[in-house]
Amino acid sequence: MISQFFILSSKGDPLIYKDFRGDSGGRDVAELFYRKLTGLPGDESPVVMVTTGGRRHHDGRHFIHIRHSSLYLVVTTSENVSPFSLLELLSRLATLLGDYCGSLGEGTISRNVALVYELLDEVLDYGYVQTTSTEMLRNFIQTEAVVSKPFSLFDLSSVGLFGAETQQSKVAPSSAASRPVLSSRSDQSQKNEVFLDVVERLSVLIASNGSLLKVDVQGEIRLKSFLPSGSEMRIGLTEEFCVGKSELRGYGPGIRVDEVSFHSSVNLDEFESHRILRLQPPQGELTVMRYQLSDDLPSPLPFRLFPSVQWDRGSGRTTLEPKPRPVSLNVRLHLPLPRGVVSLSQELSSPEQKAELAEGALRWDLPRVQGGSQLSGLFQMDVPGSPGPPSHGLSTSAPPLGLGPASLSFELPRHTCSGLQVRFLRLAFRPCGNANPHKWVRHLSHSDAYVIRI
Amino acid sequence: MPYLGSEDVVKELKKALCNPHIQADRLRYRNVIQRVIRMSKLDQWGQAEVLNFLLRYQPRSEEELFDILNLLDSFLKSSSPGVVMGATKLFLILAKKFPHVQTDVLVRVKGPLLAACSSESRELCFVALCHVRQILHSLPGHFSSHYKKFFCSYSEPHYIKLQKVEVLCELVNDENVQQVLEELRGYCTDVSADFAQAAIFAIGGIARTYTDQCVQILTELLGLRQEHITTVVVQTFRDLVWLCPQCTEAVCQALPGCEENIQDSEGKQALIWLLGVHGERIPNAPYVLEDFVENVKSETFPAVKMELLTALLRLFLSRPAECQDMLGRLLYYCIEEEKDMAVRDRGLFYYRLLLVGIDEVKRILCSPKSDPTLGLLEDPAERPVNSWASDFNTLVPVYGKAHWATISKCQGAERCGPELPKTSSFAVSGPLIPEDNKEREQELPDSGALMLVPNRQLTADYFEKTWLSLKVAHQQVLPWRGEFHPDTLQMALQVVNIQTIAMSRAGTRPWKAYLSAQDDTGCLFLTELLLEPENSEMQISVKQNEARTETLNSFISVLETVIGTIEEIKS
Repeated sequence: MISQFFILSSKGDPLIYKDFRGDSGGRDVAELFYRKLTGLPGDESPVVMVTTGGRRHHDGRHFIHIRHSSLYLVVTTSENVSPFSLLELLSRLATLLGDYCGSLGEGTISRNVALVYELLDEVLDYGYVQTTSTEMLRNFIQTEAVVSKPFSLFDLSSVGLFGAETQQSKVAPSSAASRPVLSSRSDQSQKNEVFLDVVERLSVLIASNGSLLKVDVQGEIRLKSFLPSGSEMRIGLTEEFCVGKSELRGYGPGIRVDEVSFHSSVNLDEFESHRILRLQPPQGELTVMRYQLSDDLPSPLPFRLFPSVQWDRGSGRTTLEPKPRPVSLNVRLHLPLPRGVVSLSQELSSPEQKAELAEGALRWDLPRVQGGSQLSGLFQMDVPGSPGPPSHGLSTSAPPLGLGPASLSFELPRHTCSGLQVRFLRLAFRPCGNANPHKWVRHLSHSDAYVIRI
Repeated sequence: MPYLGSEDVVKELKKALCNPHIQADRLRYRNVIQRVIRMSKLDQWGQAEVLNFLLRYQPRSEEELFDILNLLDSFLKSSSPGVVMGATKLFLILAKKFPHVQTDVLVRVKGPLLAACSSESRELCFVALCHVRQILHSLPGHFSSHYKKFFCSYSEPHYIKLQKVEVLCELVNDENVQQVLEELRGYCTDVSADFAQAAIFAIGGIARTYTDQCVQILTELLGLRQEHITTVVVQTFRDLVWLCPQCTEAVCQALPGCEENIQDSEGKQALIWLLGVHGERIPNAPYVLEDFVENVKSETFPAVKMELLTALLRLFLSRPAECQDMLGRLLYYCIEEEKDMAVRDRGLFYYRLLLVGIDEVKRILCSPKSDPTLGLLEDPAERPVNSWASDFNTLVPVYGKAHWATISKCQGAERCGPELPKTSSFAVSGPLIPEDNKEREQELPDSGALMLVPNRQLTADYFEKTWLSLKVAHQQVLPWRGEFHPDTLQMALQVVNIQTIAMSRAGTRPWKAYLSAQDDTGCLFLTELLLEPENSEMQISVKQNEARTETLNSFISVLETVIGTIEEIKS
């Protein structure tokens, strides 16, 4: 049973506050939560907190929260409930609010307060969940989302020079998917669009000798649909896709994942034979499929880094040579340095790059790296203070313990580490006079933790 | 708005569970439940709710139980973690008499739990990690092959890293120890001092099993000469030497030189303790202590001064020539100039002790230098799955059992308040022994069938050996509530000639005590008292070296009377 639900901004201002059961002490609970959160000792977790002492009517109230796009979504309860369900509910609420308001953020929430309250009224009754399906809720929501349209040059540029069609019109802007599901009934310009993302998170650990210690890929196929509900859709995956260790398909090495779970609305009749997922997606966002893959990756790693360290009596040279295979964006290399590094000189492969020293670590940012290119960075540093006496078992030529491990973060557009691709996305939907629905398919990998020991 | 997804189901189930007519008719009841489970049009919230309601249902026969489990099987494959965990809990509770079913369920839930542990949502990840730890308490090897999933990444928040380090510490085994230790060593030099210290303590925990490798890593860390690392390493050494005496030599070799890098109270205490207890093996121990004595005036922590007094006196016993002078100076300072009462009293105490004679000092101060058995008492041994099944998928594992106990105590105190007398709640809730049985047993001691021999002292070693070799002759649960003082219990037991061998401190959870007694025929009674925090009952297991039911019964009734008396005094 949920007693209260509230949304706080990142600074702790309450944006939304709703009391479902009237058994609580009022609005200052939100303030109490923020005070507790900020005053928490370092070794305690903020996910679940309890109030004890102080005012009596607040006693024994559990706060459970998630952080979503710099907002705190908090529920309070005074019972010993299932934390999994509550966290799931919170993230579902976040998706739901995102669906109805366009995107989730401080601005959109404060612009759509009435809509949010209306939604909460329908989703939860006396602290019990009624439904969280976007489809059902559509029937009950009257308020329309207020969307602020940011001025964008994109609209101008798509006109094209001399009437020629530019490349731009074939690419959707990254913000295209963030609009409310429930657009006004009068708005005729409503587009029938489907966005399908295959997103993979990659965590890798490479030993100092270059051998691979751990690979872990968490993948998701996410769908955001603006089609009228009830329209059927077929998603074709790569045919060589197989699940589990034993299965074999096709002639090639295949694309193998360890575990797959599907959303309950997915019809798997054609999955076994043709790797086709059939579903009738409700409007809004939906995770169609989740999969995991660990330990053996079918393709070589997307990023190699060849570190070499020479260390001699308190000063050392470290060479890093990152080498990406596909095009990568927003690459950041992070290398913790031993304490007390005084001087650092760098020699990078091109003059406009720059690495900087921050919080005892080296940070090298590269906005865009061409696939297959080889970069190099040479860093020279001095650590004053004599190394420990020989009795400590440290030879002076060994690098000090504080150096490394190096970690990389990056995004790989149009690349999936598992090799999974969406072959096609077909809609069984008959457009009634209107133009064909737009379908956008996107593949993306990004690093969760990509660590190379030195 | 009406209920849309789960209305019918929940309503029906509620009706069934509350309606006495349906409850009375087993067949109807069962039908309702099966119909509810089979309902397909449930969304995940409805499913979670149904699972929650079913927890109250007690299947009548084994057949029915497995029927239900089969029906619910698909819930374990759900894509919603809430439903999977709800189903797991229900399975664990329903199958409480079938350990293999429980293990099977825990194997199947491994996948979803691991997926949640690497989920994008930090919060979900944290909760899943807490549950992984809970499972590991019962099945230590359960996640050992997946140890890589619990490696920390630098971008994770602090609370997740700490949980992961705990998990790593618990799942270590012969195959993965090398990799886990290598990973943990990387954390020790982390930018965050808190995290680094947690990693070092974790290595210390693993060192109880894999001593040599860990001591080597810890020794290397000392070479970094960083304050926050050195102090924790020395504290780890102190605990380690106490529990694993075989590593003393290595520790003693590593210690010289680290006194320069310790500034805080805890670290100093640990170092001084080590120097005092094992000073005869560390060549420069007196000189290090001398530095501390020189600077004692500027020392700010009274605890360090106390430790210094004890350590120096101990070292004086083994190396008198080097220590005599400074011991005199330290005692003088503590008695004449020290402002802290506790330190002064300690100084005076040692001074008077020295006046009595050196033999007396030796007798008092030369206590054992290590105690491997302490680990057994401290370590929560493998707990059966049933002990936490009802806590699964609740907030208890998330808070940790100890913290939860304090929370629920506060709440309990507030909710029940003084209006509910404690004794009355026993009468309703406690699993009491049948009335007639009790009376018979209470009469027995009067008849004089059992005579316990006074002052029968067993050594702890002998007790342990005997305890392990015997089977449990009798097990019983008595109602028990709230706090009490162990000394009171010990005294009361003494009165009836039951000796206490070992006892946990007051307030520890679970609280344990080991008792022994012998009757006039030479029959030994060994007893374990176990107080689980959440059960509000005390579990008594008695072992007997000769199987004789009558004396056993009368012994138990004596024990019951004592515990009952304590209970009355309390309330």
